[in-house]
Amino acid sequence: MNDMKMADIIGEYREKVLTFHDDSQRKVFYTEVEFPVPDGRLIVSRTDLKGAITHANESFVEMSGYTREELIGAPHSILRHPEMPAAAFQGLWSTLAEKKKWHGYVKNLRKDGGFYWVYATVIPNIRGGEVLGYTSVRRRPSKMKVKEAEALYETLT
Amino acid sequence: MKYTFTVSPDFNPEFISGWFFFNTWLQKSLNEQIHLELYNDFESQRQAIAHDEIDLIYANPFDASNLVREKGFVPIACPDNAADEAIIAVSAESAISNVDELQPGLRISKTDDPDVNMVCSLMLEPANLDAQNTTASTRATYVLVAKDLITQDADVGFFLADTYTNLSKMTRSKLKQLVRSDIHDIHHLLLAGPQISHKRGEILERLLAMPANEKGLGVLQGLGIENWKAVEQEDTEFMIDLMETLKN
Repeated sequence: MNDMKMADIIGEYREKVLTFHDDSQRKVFYTEVEFPVPDGRLIVSRTDLKGAITHANESFVEMSGYTREELIGAPHSILRHPEMPAAAFQGLWSTLAEKKKWHGYVKNLRKDGGFYWVYATVIPNIRGGEVLGYTSVRRRPSKMKVKEAEALYETLT
Repeated sequence: MKYTFTVSPDFNPEFISGWFFFNTWLQKSLNEQIHLELYNDFESQRQAIAHDEIDLIYANPFDASNLVREKGFVPIACPDNAADEAIIAVSAESAISNVDELQPGLRISKTDDPDVNMVCSLMLEPANLDAQNTTASTRATYVLVAKDLITQDADVGFFLADTYTNLSKMTRSKLKQLVRSDIHDIHHLLLAGPQISHKRGEILERLLAMPANEKGLGVLQGLGIENWKAVEQEDTEFMIDLMETLKN
């Protein structure tokens, strides 16, 4: 995955190099600018088994700050925020490996360095007993739940 | 063979005669005997489905999962450019203008429409409201839900967006929309059961041709539908997966 581009960032930023589960790395720039998910919206995406995005609805495109063309084919970890602990995603993948549904609070990183919190649910797409990919649906969480998640994630990073 | 067709009980009452006209049109188009059976509530319709009494159904997305994955129904079509969206409304006199302002102890008025209730419950989550800290009354119709708000017997009401929009002007003037879902990917759809699934292609062909002739167009107008759109198996599986993510 390509590093984020400084020219895309809006506002004061910090930088960090993220290391993913496959040992690949990405330099990210992130700001303190929050973009709350509007009421009533569902952010929907699908990925293949390797986590590459195959479908993005309009809300996903809008909230991520990327174009649809940039999102399709990109790894879902393009949204990984440096303040999200790796342990949270290990839980996600181990749950999906058991063909079960995963829920969690996630801080996502936008193309412009801003962020948005979501309550995410990921479900394996099972067809004829075989997992063909994953569907992820994210919605607006309560402020109280976000505070709880922030406190928990601080202890895990 | 005689087939049985049914419609999800959340259909707009304004279109009840439209569904009878549609059934007559379908019988003539297929040259088959089809009986339209309408149920007053979801529970009695689910019982009929469980007993394999239904061959063709215009189904609520919530029920599509069981019909497709457990009962072997196959998707045929859905209305073009139509999605099932939901609205949470309050009395026009209510001081509440945002979901975040809602408080525990909230009194909810709703129908037994499962997907509307699910989507509206999700829209209360940002205010930390759920079944544990709210009370709910179930009414037979959306008009009665509106009445509960107007008489202040409930603080919020759950509505199917289309039905809310079709309430009388007088009723709507006494209500205020708090939040409307913006999902797009959830919709009712026409499904064929195992007994009639061999006719899927023929039914689809007739449905798609409806706007091209006067009679078909008239039937569509009677349902409040502009046109039908073909729905493939994977489209439906995707919608079912999406619905599954919303069930807590």
